Amino acid sequence: MGPFPLTRLLDRSATVFLGLLAAFAIAIPVLNLLMPAGSPLHVSTYLVALFGKYICYAMLALSIDLIWGYAGILSLGHGAFFALGGYAMGMYLMRQIGTRGVYANPMLPDFMVFLNWQELPFYWYGFNHFAYAALMIFLVPGLLAFVFGWFAFRSRVTGVYLSIITQAMTYALMLGFFRNNFGFGGNNGLTDFKDILGFNVQTEGTRNGLLVISCIALGLCFLICRAVVTSKFGKVLVAIRDAETRVRFLGYRVEAYKLFVFTLSACMAGVAGALYVPQVGIINPSEFAPGNSIEAVIWVAVGGRGTLTGAVLGAFVVNYAKTFFTTGLLAPYWLFVLGGLFIAVTLLLPRGIIGTLQYWHERRTDKKIVAVPESAPSAAE
Amino acid sequence: MHRFHERIVALVFAVGLLFVAATVANAGAYEDALIGFTTDSFGDTADAIDALTSSGDPRTGPLLEALKDQRVLYSAETKKVFIKDQSDKLIDAATGEAVATPPSDIEDVRLNNRVRGMLDAALGSLTLLAKEPSKRLDAAQAVFKSRDASALANIDKALEKENDPRVKKTLTEARAAIILNSADSSEEDKLSAIAVIRDRGDQDALGLIDGLPSDLPPAVKQAAISARGKIQGNLALWNALQNAWYGLSLGSVLLLAAIGLAITFGVMGIINMAHGEMVMLGAYTTFVVQELIRTYNPALFDYSLVIAVPLAFVVAGAVGIAVERSIIRFLYGRPLETLLATWGLSLILQQAVRTIFGPTNKEVGNPSWMSGAFDLGGITITYNRLWIICFTLAVFVALLAMLRLTRLGLEMRAVTQNRAMAAAMGIRTARIDALTFGLGSGIAGIAGVALSQIDNVSPNLGQGYIIDSFMVVVFGGVGNLWGTLVGAFTLGIANKFLEPYAGAVLGKIAILVLIILFIQKRPRGMFALKGRAVEA
Repeated sequence: MGPFPLTRLLDRSATVFLGLLAAFAIAIPVLNLLMPAGSPLHVSTYLVALFGKYICYAMLALSIDLIWGYAGILSLGHGAFFALGGYAMGMYLMRQIGTRGVYANPMLPDFMVFLNWQELPFYWYGFNHFAYAALMIFLVPGLLAFVFGWFAFRSRVTGVYLSIITQAMTYALMLGFFRNNFGFGGNNGLTDFKDILGFNVQTEGTRNGLLVISCIALGLCFLICRAVVTSKFGKVLVAIRDAETRVRFLGYRVEAYKLFVFTLSACMAGVAGALYVPQVGIINPSEFAPGNSIEAVIWVAVGGRGTLTGAVLGAFVVNYAKTFFTTGLLAPYWLFVLGGLFIAVTLLLPRGIIGTLQYWHERRTDKKIVAVPESAPSAAE
Repeated sequence: MHRFHERIVALVFAVGLLFVAATVANAGAYEDALIGFTTDSFGDTADAIDALTSSGDPRTGPLLEALKDQRVLYSAETKKVFIKDQSDKLIDAATGEAVATPPSDIEDVRLNNRVRGMLDAALGSLTLLAKEPSKRLDAAQAVFKSRDASALANIDKALEKENDPRVKKTLTEARAAIILNSADSSEEDKLSAIAVIRDRGDQDALGLIDGLPSDLPPAVKQAAISARGKIQGNLALWNALQNAWYGLSLGSVLLLAAIGLAITFGVMGIINMAHGEMVMLGAYTTFVVQELIRTYNPALFDYSLVIAVPLAFVVAGAVGIAVERSIIRFLYGRPLETLLATWGLSLILQQAVRTIFGPTNKEVGNPSWMSGAFDLGGITITYNRLWIICFTLAVFVALLAMLRLTRLGLEMRAVTQNRAMAAAMGIRTARIDALTFGLGSGIAGIAGVALSQIDNVSPNLGQGYIIDSFMVVVFGGVGNLWGTLVGAFTLGIANKFLEPYAGAVLGKIAILVLIILFIQKRPRGMFALKGRAVEA
């Protein structure tokens, strides 16, 4: 470890990653906006939106890697934080529609007029201001994670028990958001967005702008994660992952460490969801489906848990494969591929892509091998 | 005055009916009443129906039936009424003779909703004297609902002849309903009528008491209020019992789905996210068995479930053993990885079934002994739910006996309690692992047979049960079959008692939140294992 925090923060792979991300964030808009449509180098607007979606997924994966890879908390409900952030953004975008909706009601979104609601529910107040919505994007998932984690970690719910109750949490939220009288558009969710901060969400410029912002957000999240995991705090997290009881006996307040990192991770997932919604143009309760959260976990597993860069890579690889398979003749086989991926990765590639590369590299350079989670004794599980 | 006169005549004849042979005595009344149909006035038509009902003439029934079907016509000039029969021939309603040349001004007797309602009530009171007890019962119930005062005479007549106790009781109640709503019955009659209604004690009785006229004598009013309180208490009791029954039923379904998981997760500690798919495989086995029976030997259909149970056990159990040998055994001690791998497996199994059988729901029939329902006091019990509860308890007892009494059960318990020691004693632990997982999966398959009777058989069948099953096992306490039993029934009953207040979805959310809170309090469930096993 170097003397400067900066060199500790940015090791070689982190620098490479940030460089690639920056190049990506510059190249895609340039190729989309400046290249003529016929040129082989032209990137279509469809691809820009697709890449924007991937970047948001990568942020979600990053937030999962932070808690699963470094603190051993396997959350099967992270999709819930992602969706809550998305709903907060969706509510802002709904209020921006104003009188341009089908019913042209200046206050109420269309679905409320349709349901004969007379006035805006109190929890929709303030969402016409972007600053307030932006605050909620952090606050709502963060608060839920804080309360949930505070109960769960304090009573030492660990391992699979935690996984199962996080799954129950997102399932309960899904059931709730499907209800019309919850005031979030029920089954159809929130959609038909017009503009964000005055820019039309449909235009190429806005799409590219959102992509760049997503890339910046991903980079920032990555730096925050790096800062957390390379600090002393991060070392304690890894210790908790590998031997929670021992860390507790050494005098650390395990639940406080876990609670902080869990809440931080939920906020990141919320931001990812918030950036995701304007790019795909809809948010509905199916985002809460337990399957989505588990799928996000497999991105991390494929890329390599506990590597951060691996989470981003995994999100890109798996989602690219998903896009490839689900848009064509191979569509019926996608679930076979996804299911097979779950099994193959856990059985054959437990370190994931990046993890395996690191392992080879470290073995070749004959360095001390960093403890890999599954070889460690896990007393608490 | 004309209407009043008619009524008096009708009444006289109705009373006379009790003494004299019906047709002869009322010959005039029937014909007189027919005239009411020829004036093209709803009021007169209604009066005519009243008069006809009281006449007790055997021709009344067919005539009113025809009127209901809009097959009655009249001629204003000749004051005659005709019935159009099935082959469109006209018959004179009074004489019963076919009419060759109908009058020129013939027209339909028109009905409005009020008349139609009266007509139904009248038909109801007519069938009070039908041969079949079930028809009489229906008719008596119809009168109870309509409180049609004109049916009183017929009720009294029917009561005299009635032998069937159930019909008699309903008739008495119908009579009480009429008396309570008529202005000219005596106070004693009303008081005894209230007693009858109070003893009936159901929702209809409550509705009747609530709908009483306000100008009752004070004594009757008092009696009505006390009867009302008693009925409400009675209803609340039955309502609670009905909820408890629904809860037991839901609990048995949860138990059935979770009991296999109690073995794989509870005893072995394997997180099997594909457990729901094992249930689904059992349900599809039932579907295949029924299809084969339908094709080759439809007579066996009633035995289809009996055949499907062992087959489902074998199919799901074999898949379970294959999964354990090929995937899970490499992941022992890594519960989170097991969770992911089995989730992947569940996706593959779902998609495989979707590819083979198609994505739509499959039709799985109820054998005759599982369809239908019966009433027990104030609650309705369907046979399929009853059978599922019995079946669930049988499976539970069999599993418990197997674990306690057989050699395999002994070895299973030995391996879960202390693997190294069991291996040292010569138990082949790997084989026991595979068999235990196979057993858990096989039981899930059996659950699928039962669930195919009450749920849609689709590739997503298992998905709906997986979270609930885990909740049950975690809530009841891992590694404890009794805990699973208590957990399943507690959750089932709590869910059904919450539903009326919160609605189905909010009730379910409330239960999930309660379980999440409960796990905070007791992370190892209601009946946690104590001692060293806890840290295992």
